[in-house]
Amino acid sequence: MARTITYREAINEALAQEMARDPSVVVMGEDNAGGAGSPGEEDAWGGVLGVTKGLYHQFPGRVLDTPISESAFIGAAVGAATSGLRPVAELMFIDFMGVCFDQIFNQAAKFRYMFGGKAVTPVVVRTMYGAGLRAAAQHSQALYPIFTHIPGLKVVVPSSPYEAKGLLIQSIRDDDPVIFCEHKAMYDTTGEVPEESYTIPFGEANLAREGGDVTIVAIGRMVSVAMEAAGELASSGVEAEVIDPRTTSPLDTDTILESVEGTGRLVVVDEATPRCNLATDVSATVAQEAFGSLLAPIQMVTAPHTPVPFSDALEDAYIPDAQKVVNAAKAVTEWER
Amino acid sequence: MTDTLPGKTAEELPPDDLLAAYRTMRTIRDFEERVHDEFATGEIPGFVHLYAGEEASAAGVCVHLDDRDSIASTHRGHGHCIAKGVDPKEMMAEIYGRSTGSCHGKGGSMHIADLSKGMLGANGIVGGGPPLICGTALAAKLKGTGGVGVAFFGDGASNQGTTLEAMNLASVWNLPAVFVAENNGYAEATSSTWSVAADNIADRAAGFGMPGVVVDGFDFFAVYEAAGEAIDRARKGGGPTLIEVKFTRYFGHFEGDQQRYRADEVARARETLDCLKRFRGRVTETGQLADHQLNEIDNEVARLIEEAVAEAKVAPKPTEADLTTDVYVRY
Repeated sequence: MARTITYREAINEALAQEMARDPSVVVMGEDNAGGAGSPGEEDAWGGVLGVTKGLYHQFPGRVLDTPISESAFIGAAVGAATSGLRPVAELMFIDFMGVCFDQIFNQAAKFRYMFGGKAVTPVVVRTMYGAGLRAAAQHSQALYPIFTHIPGLKVVVPSSPYEAKGLLIQSIRDDDPVIFCEHKAMYDTTGEVPEESYTIPFGEANLAREGGDVTIVAIGRMVSVAMEAAGELASSGVEAEVIDPRTTSPLDTDTILESVEGTGRLVVVDEATPRCNLATDVSATVAQEAFGSLLAPIQMVTAPHTPVPFSDALEDAYIPDAQKVVNAAKAVTEWER
Repeated sequence: MTDTLPGKTAEELPPDDLLAAYRTMRTIRDFEERVHDEFATGEIPGFVHLYAGEEASAAGVCVHLDDRDSIASTHRGHGHCIAKGVDPKEMMAEIYGRSTGSCHGKGGSMHIADLSKGMLGANGIVGGGPPLICGTALAAKLKGTGGVGVAFFGDGASNQGTTLEAMNLASVWNLPAVFVAENNGYAEATSSTWSVAADNIADRAAGFGMPGVVVDGFDFFAVYEAAGEAIDRARKGGGPTLIEVKFTRYFGHFEGDQQRYRADEVARARETLDCLKRFRGRVTETGQLADHQLNEIDNEVARLIEEAVAEAKVAPKPTEADLTTDVYVRY
């Protein structure tokens, strides 16, 4: 039965249900319990934003605090995945990939191919991304395009509590390395989520809204921005179709192409900076595969090619918002040769 | 390869185990010397780093291990692969880029692996292996298999953050892990006496709350005893150990290296320190083995390597259809 819970609770529930189902699932990360070796509570934090709270006592010995030592514990998660565990490692902020990236992209991602198909590495790296909390340049980036670039990784960017639960359960059961990107500004957002366990397959986009005038592709937190824009557009007589690809790797290009073939117009919304991101990826695919259907040039709404700024005046301008999406959609629907 | 080995002194090793250890070292030596010769003909592609001279380390450690146990290796990984039971013929085919190779020609010298044998791969990234071993050791601990994880790494990797982080984590989590620093004197062309700020890599163990020991890497029996003690301790829940094995490599950093940074230490080592010579001298002196038994192994290994090269040279290469397979289990 569905009830309304937060994005944070949905992720916690997915972890708890999978840990209960499969004893090989272990959770590790900095302060994932919190308080290891400290004089106070043993599970003081449950992760820096409380996502893993409560799992420590529910699953004794299977929620592991780590030193602040990402190379070691992300690598340990990768190694453990080759040895029969299904580790879910928390890379607290996606920005910290810089200190442990080798273990992800040179080790986990490549084992299967460079070992001739003999390796199975079912590791999940949960990580927070995204701007909006005034966390500035090193705690706010949307770096999923970097992981998307790497063959061997799967990259998941859930857009709601429902999506987060189903996609995380799929990630844990998946036999390939998965980067699971949680938007830190969404943890308190709510939505209807079934109590029972369910999976959402990778590479199958969600048609978040049907419409015949323009296709808007958006992922993660940008789906809600696109939906807000679609509401505004509808009031001025423009019906937008909103597509959430759910995963950037694999990418459901079929659903996107089918939609653009119907609408003839495309806007891609991406919180990542504009070079080699989801927006350019989708745009290139559509330009290559559906050029004949396009009635107007593709519009990309992205962050600017800058680090994430601190001041609210700047950060608010940095993040793509509904107004920018409305403007882009109007530009393509009103475009004349 | 039995549970009873750790704890035994070298004198107590039964003849079959001594013969097996000698066979491992001889196989590594002949394999590497042959790859060196074949590389010079231009037939072997890519980057190749040879283990000759260091055989006592791989053999002295891996003789204590079985299929529960895993090892992570380095770019200089052929010796670790052979010692952990990877098929030398498949290895040779891999080095030649053939579809019959250990990795079907997709890995090459720097990525030979056999996970079914607990061999997590040679590794092209210096310091790539130690964090992985924390993971296999964690899995062994949580599943209660009694297995241990062994990370082989060089003096170069001893300066990498990954290695130092892994040693700290292994102690913090009290993992059944052993860290084997193979100090062959050079990180590429740079002397370890310059690049390692401590007197010994093993001295760093104190900073991670684990025992550290320096071993003569040319002496199989010294490695055997130190590794046996460390692996036994790890299996019993006593946590990790750092073993520094000191020796020199007989060839360059990679095949083609002119080695202008070196003195004449290789000739000296081959003459007076060589692990195979010393092994033979000791076991025949004590009467544990006879020369003819070792000669027999020499002949068998020579035939094996001859066959491995001959078969590799005529084996099929992968086809273009293989280019895009095995990126994912399912995509």
